[in-house]
Amino acid sequence: MKIGVVTFPGSLDDADARRAAAVAGAEAVALWHGDADLHGVDAVVLPGGFSYGDYLRAGAISRFAPVMETIITRAGQGMPVLGICNGFQVLCESHLLPGALIKNHHRKFVCKDQALRIENNSTAWTSDYDANHEITIVLKNQDGSFVADEATLDRLEGEGRVVARYLGNPNGSYRDIAGISNERGNVVGLMPHPEHAVETLTGPTTDGLGFFTSVLKAVVAS
Amino acid sequence: MSTDTVSNATSTPDVEQPWAELGLKPDEYQRIRDILGRRPTSCELAMYSVMWSEHCSYKSSKVHLKRFGEIPQETPAGKMLAGIGENAGVIDIGEGYAVTFKVESHNHPSYVEPYQGAATGVGGIVRDIIAMGARPVAVMDPLRFGPLDAPDTKRVLPGIVSGVGGYGNSLGLPNIGGEVVFDPTYLGNPLVNALCVGVMRHEDLHLANATGVGNQMILYGAKTGGDGIGGVSVLASETFAEGGPTKRPAVQVGDPFMEKLLIECTLELFAANVVEGIQDLGGGGLSCATSELASAGDGGMRVSLDKVPLRDASLSPEEILMSESQERMMACVTPENVEAFLKICEKWDVQADVIGEVTDTGRLEIDWHGERVVDVLPETVAHEGPVYNRPYERPSWQDELQADGAEKLPRASNGAELRDTLLKLVASPNLCDKSWVTDQYDRYVLGNSVLAQPEDSGMIRVDETSGLGVAVSTDCNGRFAKLDPYTGAKLALAESFRNVATTGARPAAVTDCLNFGSPEDPAVMWQFTEAIRGLVDGCKELGIPVTGGNVSFYNQTGETAILPTPVVGVLGVIDDVTRRTPIGFTPEMEGHQLYLLGETEEELSGSEWAHVVHGHLGGRPPAVDLAAEQQLADILINASRDGLIDAAHDVSDGGVAQTLVESALRGGVGARVWAPDGLDPFLFLFAESAGRAVVAVPRTEEVRFTDMCTARRFPHAKIGVITGDTLDVQDQFEVPLTELREAWTATLPSVLN
Repeated sequence: MKIGVVTFPGSLDDADARRAAAVAGAEAVALWHGDADLHGVDAVVLPGGFSYGDYLRAGAISRFAPVMETIITRAGQGMPVLGICNGFQVLCESHLLPGALIKNHHRKFVCKDQALRIENNSTAWTSDYDANHEITIVLKNQDGSFVADEATLDRLEGEGRVVARYLGNPNGSYRDIAGISNERGNVVGLMPHPEHAVETLTGPTTDGLGFFTSVLKAVVAS
Repeated sequence: MSTDTVSNATSTPDVEQPWAELGLKPDEYQRIRDILGRRPTSCELAMYSVMWSEHCSYKSSKVHLKRFGEIPQETPAGKMLAGIGENAGVIDIGEGYAVTFKVESHNHPSYVEPYQGAATGVGGIVRDIIAMGARPVAVMDPLRFGPLDAPDTKRVLPGIVSGVGGYGNSLGLPNIGGEVVFDPTYLGNPLVNALCVGVMRHEDLHLANATGVGNQMILYGAKTGGDGIGGVSVLASETFAEGGPTKRPAVQVGDPFMEKLLIECTLELFAANVVEGIQDLGGGGLSCATSELASAGDGGMRVSLDKVPLRDASLSPEEILMSESQERMMACVTPENVEAFLKICEKWDVQADVIGEVTDTGRLEIDWHGERVVDVLPETVAHEGPVYNRPYERPSWQDELQADGAEKLPRASNGAELRDTLLKLVASPNLCDKSWVTDQYDRYVLGNSVLAQPEDSGMIRVDETSGLGVAVSTDCNGRFAKLDPYTGAKLALAESFRNVATTGARPAAVTDCLNFGSPEDPAVMWQFTEAIRGLVDGCKELGIPVTGGNVSFYNQTGETAILPTPVVGVLGVIDDVTRRTPIGFTPEMEGHQLYLLGETEEELSGSEWAHVVHGHLGGRPPAVDLAAEQQLADILINASRDGLIDAAHDVSDGGVAQTLVESALRGGVGARVWAPDGLDPFLFLFAESAGRAVVAVPRTEEVRFTDMCTARRFPHAKIGVITGDTLDVQDQFEVPLTELREAWTATLPSVLN
């Protein structure tokens, strides 16, 4: 079972995502933005960071990377894809997920331990959590405020595609949304960082590990 | 304007030159003429002016800094692999790993343009670390500002904090500690010091030199622009005069994305073994890199300045030599490796150009479109600048200041007054919660941050398998240094040393950032020499060397100098980071016994209490006993290794009261405490005697712990127990943690939001 983690120029949490995949029991594979080959991975993580320096808009340039073309195709065929923070922004820019992420309403970068509620535990990345499971993982971002038009928000809610919600909104996200999925539930975008909460030594909790163990099961099941 | 070539300079000896505008003194200009045997070309003048500036040449401090060489160059962890004079010091920490760390100032640029000044301060120190061959693994930022409620602090502080965060966060480097200190003397002159830690394998160590005739000099990274021209000579080496012209254009502009690429690209270049020598371009830009690399090498260097890629095609050769554009490095590469070098740069989209080569002439020769514009001996530029023995004299006011002790001031004398004093102190700018600042820094990235602010020191895991790690703390109490610079410097060293030991790490090496006023003021110069004497004596006593650092002079507004601020960074090594000791009292520690280690004396001068309650600064700082600090450190390290303590927190600013409040709020559980026999409750709570820490001992380990202290004849007193949701000072007062938290957390947001 191989989880690929893409490194774009300016990716920062790529090594952390690989470590989290390994802690969960997967083989972590480093993927390069300029290489369209996914090297046989079963799932992909788009990690946090400031890919291409957030030039233009966060994630706006990365979506055109050669690796993204393959990922977009494979995601359409059901391969699990998790976009964390900047990776979430890339997924929105790629139109794999609706909505957009704009600057935090308080205009500052924020790094804190953040409580969330898992609202949908049937996606490829959240099946190991209980329904309405409350977890605390790391939040750190500059452009973390999730926005979409009312119709899109209603649709996300109606289809159960709000994957996680903030308990105490840290950045002005509409309807406290911290993460969403596509219709099929294989593509998930999440603003907070589960990869920083997989070891008690270095993280606030190990609550983030469930994202990585969930996908192992999803891949085995498929 | 035609190019001022060497031959032109020889034939027109009497041309007027703008040496004064470039910050040179008349005798310095004459010395350049004497060295060259002619007038300098305008390019040579630019180079000398930059490299002979205070910032680059250390001309006022050199004679004193030499004293750091007296300290034995062995560390308790292992050998020093590179020391003062390299981009950063390097020490062996075992298991084949080496660690490099250094702190630098970026004070004046951060006052002029807070965001970019602070951002490029981080960028500069990170490049120093990568130039050694190390991967940067953490940063820390000791910051000092004017009074919190001053209007200009509201301009300067948010910009500096977001600059530190904006740059460091974008590089993916965890910010694991530092300081935020307020004092009126920093109002027109905030201090922005930046520290970076890097890790490498021994074999990856690289030094800055250009050797091997025929080897190619490659400039890589960002293109050169007009930013930061004269930054060093104009900004860092002159006092801000009120009403003077604005100096904004001389501040550099940073691009952290380019720096991130530069980090990854440089590490890949090292791994591919295609680099002979390397240096970052920081203060002094190409003038500094070419002259330092050439003078550290075994030959000379020829550079074609017109091959430097430019962001602004209109730049003159003089400006190119002086530009401090960020995110640039220069490497010395053998001809057969050039292609491989350029290929790696291309992979990372990093521009790289061969701009020169190593020669056998012993000279630094620089051409501009085929015409020679510089022909000098590189060491005369890089190392043979003026050296000043500036006059220094103990100021006449020092005796009067020291006679005015805080011990005579009125103190709280009953429970209710003690309670009021505590709440006032907890909410004061220097003691309050700093998360408004530190929440803007990423402390988690890279996944190896074992401890980060507000812990006593930041701690980074170096090896995931063995658990080997390093801890770093930076400290300085400028008020103590004002009262007695010699003792104040020792106290800064002692506090930083103690903070590292409190987390369970063995202190191994020191870096320092010596922030002072104008060296042309004999009183400031005396403070400086005394601080160095204190650090040298202190390091000798503790058996740890100074591996590098930085001097920042001219930190004053008009006639008012800042508090002498010798910031000391201590790095320690811990064999197994899972044994680290945090500060917090957590629910699992309910019922643990609290011990105060060390002696408490009637020492209130320079304290936070005197500052906050009485606005007073006078008297003598607390006594410092480094043998006792060493003993205390041994106890803390052994107790951590043997599992005898579960929490520990050093006692410094604000006294035992602040220590207890921070530990309780950090872990969420309170304490019931009492003053040890014979100690006045006020002094117990608020005195700032050095050499102390509060530790939490499980009941099951109490006998073993106290036996260890007794065997070492180290003073220890039981002062309470971890319990409940209040801080209960028996027979005096009780405060709910909720009330303490409210007071502690409200201060910064109420002013800065």
